[in-house]
Amino acid sequence: MKYHYCGLLALASTVLFLGLFHHNDYHFNVFNIVGLQALVVLGLALLMGYAGQVSLGHAAFYGLGAYTSGILTTKFGWPPLAALWAAQVITLITALLIGLPSLRLKGHYLAMATLGFGVIVHVLFKEMIGLTGGPSGLVGIPPFSILGYQFLTSRAYFFLIWGVFLLALALCLHLAHSPFGRALLAIHDSEAATSSLGYNISHLKLEVFLFSASLAGLAGSLYAHFAMFISPTTFTFLYSVKFVTMVVIGGVASLWGALAGAIVLSILPEILTVFEDYDVVVFGLILVLTMIFVPQGLVRGLSKLFTHLRRSVLS
Amino acid sequence: MKKWSLLLVFIFWSSASLVLAAKPYKIGALFSITGPTSFIGEPERNTLVMLIEKINKAGGINGHPLQAIIYDTEGDETNTLKKATKLIIQDKVLAIIGPSRTGTTLALIPFVERYKVPLISCAAGIKIVEPVRPWVFKTAQSDRLAVKKLYAYCKRHGIKRIAIITVSNGFGQSGREELKHLAPEYGLEIVADEIFGPKDVDMSPQLIRIRAKEPDAVICWGTNPGPAIVAKNMRQLGMKQPLFMSHGVASKRFIELAGKASEGVILPAGKILVAQQLPKSDPQRALLLRYLAEYKARYGKEPLTFGGHAYDALLLLKQALEKAGADRDKIRQALEHAHIVGIHGIFRMSPKDHNGLDPKEAFVLVRIQHGKWVMVKD
Amino acid sequence: MSEFLQFLISGLTNGAIYALIALGFTIIYNTTEVINFAQGEFVMLGAMFMATFWGKLNWPLPLAFLAAVGLTAMVGILVERLAIYPARHADTITLIIITIGVSILLKGLAMFLWGKDSLPVPPFLGQEPFHLLSITLVPQSILVLATSILAVIGLETFFKRSIYGKAMRACSTNPLAARLIGIRVEPLVLFSFALSSGLSALAGAVIAPITFATYDMGTILGLKGFAAAVLGGLNSSTGAVVGGFILGILESLAAGFISSAYKDAVAFVLLLLMLFLRPQGLLGLKEIKKL
Repeated sequence: MKYHYCGLLALASTVLFLGLFHHNDYHFNVFNIVGLQALVVLGLALLMGYAGQVSLGHAAFYGLGAYTSGILTTKFGWPPLAALWAAQVITLITALLIGLPSLRLKGHYLAMATLGFGVIVHVLFKEMIGLTGGPSGLVGIPPFSILGYQFLTSRAYFFLIWGVFLLALALCLHLAHSPFGRALLAIHDSEAATSSLGYNISHLKLEVFLFSASLAGLAGSLYAHFAMFISPTTFTFLYSVKFVTMVVIGGVASLWGALAGAIVLSILPEILTVFEDYDVVVFGLILVLTMIFVPQGLVRGLSKLFTHLRRSVLS
Repeated sequence: MKKWSLLLVFIFWSSASLVLAAKPYKIGALFSITGPTSFIGEPERNTLVMLIEKINKAGGINGHPLQAIIYDTEGDETNTLKKATKLIIQDKVLAIIGPSRTGTTLALIPFVERYKVPLISCAAGIKIVEPVRPWVFKTAQSDRLAVKKLYAYCKRHGIKRIAIITVSNGFGQSGREELKHLAPEYGLEIVADEIFGPKDVDMSPQLIRIRAKEPDAVICWGTNPGPAIVAKNMRQLGMKQPLFMSHGVASKRFIELAGKASEGVILPAGKILVAQQLPKSDPQRALLLRYLAEYKARYGKEPLTFGGHAYDALLLLKQALEKAGADRDKIRQALEHAHIVGIHGIFRMSPKDHNGLDPKEAFVLVRIQHGKWVMVKD
Repeated sequence: MSEFLQFLISGLTNGAIYALIALGFTIIYNTTEVINFAQGEFVMLGAMFMATFWGKLNWPLPLAFLAAVGLTAMVGILVERLAIYPARHADTITLIIITIGVSILLKGLAMFLWGKDSLPVPPFLGQEPFHLLSITLVPQSILVLATSILAVIGLETFFKRSIYGKAMRACSTNPLAARLIGIRVEPLVLFSFALSSGLSALAGAVIAPITFATYDMGTILGLKGFAAAVLGGLNSSTGAVVGGFILGILESLAAGFISSAYKDAVAFVLLLLMLFLRPQGLLGLKEIKKL
């Protein structure tokens, strides 16, 4: 746990340092997008690593947050903060409706249910034109504001997004190391054993799923205000798959891995642009190779590599 | 790792050498070169690359070579934002051409307004220039003009009851809105309003519903391959009504895909499709023929009409740069008064009109006859 | 009534395709427990090869067809050998991510080989529709139906009669027991990839004249096929076929009678209802445990 607090402190000071002394809006925008994705991936990592469940619909929760915030602020004139809370309520209710029936059962039913849910939500975003603006998107979303302070620059959003991410990460780390988290890890190893200890597994899983969906919704609300425009093309099944990929690349069962996965998969395409049109092919190749050679994810894979190197140097 | 660093060094070196050679005018471009709308972005990119080489060979603009930094948006809004700020902040471009889609353009508008960079979009949506925003221009003909052209034809030929079938993406939605909005003005009644998905493989259920309403004509709004399937399904279901399409299928590929079912289809299209048939007096004719020949020589295929949007955008920007030099605000002002003969019409920009196209010149109606485009006389 | 029949025909054609793709999912799922996200890309490859051999090079139809299916099956084998086999000891989720990577890779390669435009594929038997009772039929739709029915019958016989098929069934029912009685699982996995990719290519090749061939056509077809497989029960091949047809028919009826805009949602609402009310799928084996 001590090591986690050091990590948090290091991340917080990096954010503070960059936010105060860095001057490149392009970098801030990239960091902001990474931060939003990392927020979604963090919740998903908790779900996958600690409850052993996969969601193939996190882009839909992300979109639900974005559209609720967007619609309430543009069409009904709500203040952004109130819209954000409303988005949280809606995300939680929807997650409850999906999670309750599918988490009663053993197996990967949540994955399939969220997949179906994701497609349905995407269709709704596209077809409820009066509310959502339809396929061409929802324009004119105001910037985020709290207590009269408006977030207008990329730097302001950098502080906002990464501040929220730090809080969420601290909360997740705390949860993971509480009795709650240990019970969850135990589920991952043996559901029967955990349930014999008196835990209601179905409840535990549902709670994690709700928390995870709410983080995705939160990220979505922030995204809507940051981008000031949303359209259905962002919130597709493929984006859900991308979130899952980020978790796995970072390493399931590692919350820091969530951050690593989000960073690597967001930065990688930027680097791969040197391959021009071939970047997609190279991206696919890298994904496959990583999974074959470092199936436990980057964070654990690298730490293993380091211990291995240290041993070989010392001996 | 070694290779990587070598590559990086090479990139750094090559860009550094360019800077040393001259002071180029740096412009940015954002096209959906990969992803679902890559068929739009690719000809745009190709056209831009070709035209810039040509301008530089001819001595550049005011003696400055023109340098374009082109990024792929994958047709995705988040990605477009990232790439656009990279162009603006990192590459310090004077102006941006693109993006290819209406959605990505709308996503970008708040950002170019914030950073005050001229944007010349290649997308069709009328919302891009309506209301007029100081920094945002566009070259593609608005859907409204296409719809007006078609509706005028319907009115002349006594068509009263129409059925529309549109694709559920930004292009289809925009077309659908205009179709519904303008119908009363031309005394038309929309008796059926159907939707299909961009990747749907069978539209007969929708067409059966349309058939039951017995419309005088069917209008389909979409991009390949969906409309080709609509044309085929209509024929298979034995529907005899005239079929109208949008400029979204104005390419040879549509005729290839729909085969015999494309016979008799009428659609509004840029003049580029029938350049050979234009009267010798047409001011655009020479330009169109030259562009077609050059593109074919360089890339071995015909440019889709989309390439022309990038061509026009660069022509506009070139004129603005000639007048204004390397100053974003002056370029913006020059763009507001730009006047060029382009691929898709004669552009007369003004502070009130950031598309600058005359509705009468922007589109011609063409009919597919024996697998060829034939101009329909007004 | 005639409208209903016409919707039904349209639904059956789509359903036949979903059924073939769903079968592909179950075959791989049964031997590896992996949900193969690259399944749709095999359909795309089948259609693309068809566009090249039959559409462009004008090979004789049977030859072009065999080449399209065979080459795609080869790709399936390569995928298993190069991407799945080296990671066979990893978690299921790792393997699933590998198939996602493979899907991105195949789609990217197809974009280079065949370009970004849709390619035309001529119909196998001519284009003229004919009329039966009050409905219109297109020869290609009938071919699609016939092909998939033949494929399903062939597959069932294979599973029931041949030693390989029996081994595959044993392996899917209880992998441990299958190993204990001396069935080697590894060649079965390889074979299941070949079979599954071949089947999907068959689907792609036969629908190409209707849908054309586009490099990114696989994603949505794969998604629908997967939904069909879940609908019927992921571990049941008969279920996959039934699920495919039900999905296709309901989609078409939804587009015809309810709303064409919401037809995709209708299919997936059905999927959710199925999961909540009868989680093992229509014909799946009952191995659901309550918590």
